[in-house]
Amino acid sequence: MEKSASKQPPPTTTAEKYRNNFLREVEDNVEEGEWVKMCIQCGVCSGSCPLGSAWEHPPQELFMMIRAGQREQVLRSDSMWMCTSCYNCIVRCPRQLPITHIMHGLANYAHRLGIAPAQNPTRRFAKIFWDNIAHSGRVNELLLSIKLYFMNGFGEGIRMAYHMAGMGFAMFKTGRLDPFGLFMHKGIDNAKELQTMLTKAREIEDRRRGLGLGVAVKAD
Amino acid sequence: MAKKEYSYFPGCSSVRSASASNYMVSVNTMCEKLEIALNEIPDWNCCGASIGYAEGGELPRHVLNARNIALSGKHNPGQDIVATCAACWLGTRETQERLNEDPDMLTDTRTVLQEGNLQDYYSQNIPVRHMVEVMIEDIGYEGLAKPVVKPLKGIKFAGYVGCQTNRPFGIDGESFENPRYLDKMVEIVGGEAITDYEKKVTCCGGALAFSEPEKSQKQIHDIVEAAYDQGADMIVTPCPVCQMNVEVYQGQINKRYGTNFSMPVTYYSQILAVAYGSTGKEAGLKGNIIRAKALEKIANK
Repeated sequence: MEKSASKQPPPTTTAEKYRNNFLREVEDNVEEGEWVKMCIQCGVCSGSCPLGSAWEHPPQELFMMIRAGQREQVLRSDSMWMCTSCYNCIVRCPRQLPITHIMHGLANYAHRLGIAPAQNPTRRFAKIFWDNIAHSGRVNELLLSIKLYFMNGFGEGIRMAYHMAGMGFAMFKTGRLDPFGLFMHKGIDNAKELQTMLTKAREIEDRRRGLGLGVAVKAD
Repeated sequence: MAKKEYSYFPGCSSVRSASASNYMVSVNTMCEKLEIALNEIPDWNCCGASIGYAEGGELPRHVLNARNIALSGKHNPGQDIVATCAACWLGTRETQERLNEDPDMLTDTRTVLQEGNLQDYYSQNIPVRHMVEVMIEDIGYEGLAKPVVKPLKGIKFAGYVGCQTNRPFGIDGESFENPRYLDKMVEIVGGEAITDYEKKVTCCGGALAFSEPEKSQKQIHDIVEAAYDQGADMIVTPCPVCQMNVEVYQGQINKRYGTNFSMPVTYYSQILAVAYGSTGKEAGLKGNIIRAKALEKIANK
């Protein structure tokens, strides 16, 4: 294992390796990226997206930009962070591209390279979410909400908490929120074991992608 | 009749005191009436949900779901895996499909599962099913009609199927654009189904209700408004995220849009439980923030 890791090029060469060939970089590193070249630019995906108007570059456009080698414009875009995972594009695509997964893959790749838009709320929420589940094995909903409300600082957090208080109280009254859950959240019994698994899984994935070896991939 | 047995997990949102705890209450009641035994997978973990991809990538996300599949194989061998949550079902099925297509990913997953000595319990072919599939395919519409003792006469339902119970896998024999099973369930229990409810499969924003509230609330506004336009008394849905998003933001939407929404949003399991003669408590009706009064009235009869 160690041997193969030492053979990996340092991360700065990732761009070198794929110089002028962003499509290949996507094919090698992005979930389901090998499908990008199959897009016929019909635009059904873009027209089917519930948040379509919020995408600076809808999926169809992203596919063309990838083929045109617009690496920075694609990876720094907040477009794919608008994906709600509704899977409408997948079931309607005439070429059966797994578009939802490609959008997730692009977002993940840009995030792991550390060049996704730092302030994008979905990116930040997704990070809080993953840390939440990776810690105890199950979602701590209250902690998740509070961390989300306070992600833009204390003052904003108080404002958000006030804004959400009515809703929170209604959830509490109907037995759908436990205020003590903040301190006494019941995760899984083998949380440590799961953490070990997730760490190992990430190491393997990073190694396969030639990531995780230097500061270049340490996001934020 | 012998009980049908399944290996199931409720998902994070459906545990006690979580946002969909009343979903589980009603599912348990419904399953008891239908003689379905649910054997919980011990120590099941989160599926990664629809937002897990960003930090979790591929392999870690598949490991989450593979661990659940393996725990199921270890503790409930041979039993179909059943999820009540749309995201859990989708995530678990997606992982199984992906690992079947990608031998390297499967090998890596098995390697990681060794950390819990679970590598030999992972199954590539155990069926991963949604509770709705169990009802339609194993119990059947006739079977679902049998326990009805209190038909839901006079209640008009907008059947809101949403996204992830419907796409990308969906229910066998149903179309993505206009699935009919929810309407059929409504009719079986004596309710009136709005079969041409036009927001039936429209996205509620999912996890982006948290991170992009304005954009999501536009979606939810349209979903609720269409139900009103069609004269619905309440919305019914199979998905815990749909239920929560469409119900709890109505207050904020009223402020934003100047509307006066107060549309109850129920689960299919709640309406079946009531029709099967359960009390409001057994049907989890106390968990509805916008009270489903028409259902409560029948339950209390």
